[in-house]
Amino acid sequence: MGSAASPLQTGLAERLTALFWRRPRVLLALLLAPPLLWLGLVYVGSLAALLWQSFYSIDEFSGVVKQEFTLKTFGELLLPQNYDIILRTVSMAAAVTLASVILAFPVAFFAARFANGRWKAVFYLGIMLPLWSSYLVKVYAWKLILAKEGIITWAANGIGAGSVLDAVLTTPVIGGNSLSTSYLGTFLVFVYVWLPYMILPMQASLERVPTSMLEASADLGAGGLRTLWSVTLPLALPGVIAGSIFTFSLTLGDYIIPQIIGNSASFIGMAVYQLQGTAGNIPLAAAFAVIPILIMLVYLAIARRLGAFDAL
Amino acid sequence: MRSDRPPLLLTFGAIGGLLFLHLPILLIFLYAFTTEEKSFAFPPPGLTTEWFGVAWNRADIWPPLWLSLKVAAISSGLAIILGTLCAAAMSRARFFGRDTISLLVILPIALPGIITGMSLRSAFAMADIPFSTLTIVLGHATFCIVIVYNNAVARFRRLGTSLSEASADLGATTFQTFRHVILPNLGTALLAGAMLAFALSFDEVIVTTFTAGQQKTMPIWMLDELVRPRQRPVTNVVAIVVFAATFLPILAAYYLTGGGEETAGGGK
Repeated sequence: MGSAASPLQTGLAERLTALFWRRPRVLLALLLAPPLLWLGLVYVGSLAALLWQSFYSIDEFSGVVKQEFTLKTFGELLLPQNYDIILRTVSMAAAVTLASVILAFPVAFFAARFANGRWKAVFYLGIMLPLWSSYLVKVYAWKLILAKEGIITWAANGIGAGSVLDAVLTTPVIGGNSLSTSYLGTFLVFVYVWLPYMILPMQASLERVPTSMLEASADLGAGGLRTLWSVTLPLALPGVIAGSIFTFSLTLGDYIIPQIIGNSASFIGMAVYQLQGTAGNIPLAAAFAVIPILIMLVYLAIARRLGAFDAL
Repeated sequence: MRSDRPPLLLTFGAIGGLLFLHLPILLIFLYAFTTEEKSFAFPPPGLTTEWFGVAWNRADIWPPLWLSLKVAAISSGLAIILGTLCAAAMSRARFFGRDTISLLVILPIALPGIITGMSLRSAFAMADIPFSTLTIVLGHATFCIVIVYNNAVARFRRLGTSLSEASADLGATTFQTFRHVILPNLGTALLAGAMLAFALSFDEVIVTTFTAGQQKTMPIWMLDELVRPRQRPVTNVVAIVVFAATFLPILAAYYLTGGGEETAGGGK
């Protein structure tokens, strides 16, 4: 080691080490500077640019962005056609979140309570792999599944339920020409893609429910369902809310799924994408993008109050 | 409770949930071999391997593939450096603004991708930055930092400070301690983080459509094919390639972290 030679000949490394030891803050600042510069400049800077642009407006005749502050663009969000988009997106996010909770519960509960050893690993990988694997491939797979000539129609006809499928598709609002061009299809794909994000925090919070409480509940005469409803679920609530942050936020901002599977009705994400692209109306696109931020801020504030942050 | 037998309904629900998550992906593999070219007919009228050859010879597939690999490599490289630095700082001390910084790191992933995308797009427009590979990398590295950070922070926490202190007591400089004590212990966590970051970047499409301009990454190529299909079986083959390019790094990350306690959701 270099420092063994002589205490008088101290190199740069030794002097820096001494400095870091005397003043730990210097090392801390040096470590933090690059990532903070990056995130501050690239990310926070961009967010500021987004907010800034949303206060600009576009000249209706020339289509040129007027660079002066106005609330006019935010006012345009209240026009019926834009307001509809917001309402549609929020209701879709709520429906997707609710369905994810219901579907995630058995998987999370089983994995947390009953899976041991190898099954624990099976469940872990079984939830992890779909969560991380390619988003586009997952959406694409559903395009194959929901197509008019696809596997669902084939299976429905195979078991003699073709008329049931037709009945579903003729239902107003959720139906459509085929599953891949209906709200129901959009909804199914959203649930599929975001489900793992609900299972993981739910499982984590279910694992933390003490067994002693369940035993106490049983000792006091509660049946399985009663214990589930009055003990397990309330204790697992923070996990459910943590998961809902993901499913809600991800649905609010997605524009690929409704573009590929659905009846071409617009969602917030699609509106942002089209406005900044073909329409060239960056101020309105920016104003639209502010909405999910506001909704998520309110959502996060409520979640924090309900103690969901410890379950993230 | 653990020794109890699960109720039958719960078992069905759990297995059904797992099947729901996995069967759709398996279907892609079947479709890559179909002889049907014009529709997504099920069951496939016949099976063939010719589409793999056709896809190999399609000139428009290779440039997006290279671009995606390049962007993913640079982004995860940047993320390793920035994420590790940040994790090292956060594991050292409690200091003023610590919570704000952890929020700042997580934010690019916590807010919907479209906001990150639209924000960068606005910033490029305001600063007159032309679209290039660099603009794609700027976006990708930003949300990859948190992935590496999550992995590294968990490992730092497990590592504790006693090893570094022992190393310092024995006369090692900060740099020697980093090179010979911290890095070997951190290695697999960083590699796992890099793998996940690579998979995430390779597959990213929402932010990329805002930062790519006219350039095509592999997911953008696929998105184009989804919106306006040309040769569906070729898209199926590409889907398998994209799937493999994300699946294999994830599996590697799982084994690198010894069962993935540190990887978990990672707040993707």
